Amino acid sequence: MDNKNIGQHISKQFNEEMEDIRNKVLAMGGLVEQQIEQAVSAFMTCDLELAEKVIQQDDLVDSLQVDIDQECSEILAKRQPAAFDLRMLLASVKIITDLERVGDEATRIAKMTMRLEKTEYYHEQYHEIRHLLDMVKKMLHGSLDALARMDTDNIADITSNDKIVDQEYASIIRQLITQMMENPRNITRTLDVLWSARALERIGDHSCNICEHVIYMIKGRDVRHSSQDELEQIISDK
Amino acid sequence: MTTTTENTLTHSIDIGSLSRAIKTKDEVVDTCLKIEDLNLFYGEKQALHGVNMEIPRKKVTAYIGPSGCGKSTLLRCINRMNDLIDTVNIDGRILLDGEDIYDKSVNVADLRRRVGMVFQKPNPFPKTIYENVAYGLRIQGVNDRRVLDESVEKSLRGAALWDEVKDRLNDNALGMSGGQQQRLVIARAIAIEPEVMLLDEPASALDPISTLKIEELINELKEKYTIVIVTHNMQQAARVSDYTAFMYMGELIEFGETTELFTNPGKKQTEDYITGRYG
Repeated sequence: MDNKNIGQHISKQFNEEMEDIRNKVLAMGGLVEQQIEQAVSAFMTCDLELAEKVIQQDDLVDSLQVDIDQECSEILAKRQPAAFDLRMLLASVKIITDLERVGDEATRIAKMTMRLEKTEYYHEQYHEIRHLLDMVKKMLHGSLDALARMDTDNIADITSNDKIVDQEYASIIRQLITQMMENPRNITRTLDVLWSARALERIGDHSCNICEHVIYMIKGRDVRHSSQDELEQIISDK
Repeated sequence: MTTTTENTLTHSIDIGSLSRAIKTKDEVVDTCLKIEDLNLFYGEKQALHGVNMEIPRKKVTAYIGPSGCGKSTLLRCINRMNDLIDTVNIDGRILLDGEDIYDKSVNVADLRRRVGMVFQKPNPFPKTIYENVAYGLRIQGVNDRRVLDESVEKSLRGAALWDEVKDRLNDNALGMSGGQQQRLVIARAIAIEPEVMLLDEPASALDPISTLKIEELINELKEKYTIVIVTHNMQQAARVSDYTAFMYMGELIEFGETTELFTNPGKKQTEDYITGRYG
């Protein structure tokens, strides 16, 4: 079914309202993507100014969430949408909840940066999480891409990456435990790396959730508790 | 969740007791009406094109679709109201409990007793409220006052009207409000205990409160009757029906469970119509 065009309602105003929600969700996605990029960059390079910017940007993300929620509930009350329109609104409300949490994780990393700057260990390399960061960034970008293009084609690849992210996270933990045992004076620093890794792993989970909401929006099927195989089957269903 | 050592204060609720919580997917559909390859012509013009569908017993089935799509025509076929129009030609079959209602041996008056109908505009007879409801029984030859009293009360209660009219049963029915008149007409229809009730836009001439009362009534009536309703109001179809059929240009485009049809329709034409897009 051609769901790619959210316009074409007889009511132009309804078209505009739906378009507005879509644009705002995508804008919020863009902001959040930028937040993670900057938060991790600030963390690795000890850039306090950038960390501060990430924290400030979170207010904007929060207010967008409230705005979009409000608009969705107004449309539900006024227009009693059905079918794709209904699914798009429900999915949007859920997607922005995930996006807002991704923003919170980025803020968490930024705040850690501010705090760590004062400790003697700070200027060491945080190379452990570099790879993890690249992976979750790609996942989030892919999920937002699927949302923007209203297309489920690449979603299976994104969700299958979640397993790799989890493995990477587990291996970081093992590595960090070894470090802590070798050098107990390093525990504070190591715990902070652990928390950042945890934040990144969560961002991977949120990206998968967004993918699931996109599938619901487009296919009308709830895949939140389906296995990867079931999900791939549903995506390939006409 | 609150838990105590004795485990007496937990918020445990038996999920099985929540009737709406779990959808009963395996429910066997008991077919009441079966429409087979139904074609209908008004003179040269074909109004219904090969309609096939099975209407389940004791459920509400709604027809939706734009004006002129044939939904009222199809509804009227079910109690042979179209027989009254000379130029109409029908082929195909409609089976009520497995019996073709267009068979020559069928007594139409008898069929209409089994398949009651309510129209858009309430049409009470210019008689008392009591006589309106008792009319069906009277023409069947029932004149026993006690039987009539009982049937009138039962029907008026069934139509959720009894409490409003019990003190003025001998008033003229035309003095009632539109919503009351519509429920009176429904009471008149259920007095003769039909199997199927056909409702042709029963609430489109009523105010929102009367509309809600009619919708509530439909929900109660489906315990006893198979209900088929035509409505222009999509939200109404979504609210009251268990199954919905979408018709367009005399064809049945999609027929399925209402919840599915309104959240994830299978056909693009259905989607366009229920979401208010250009078809």
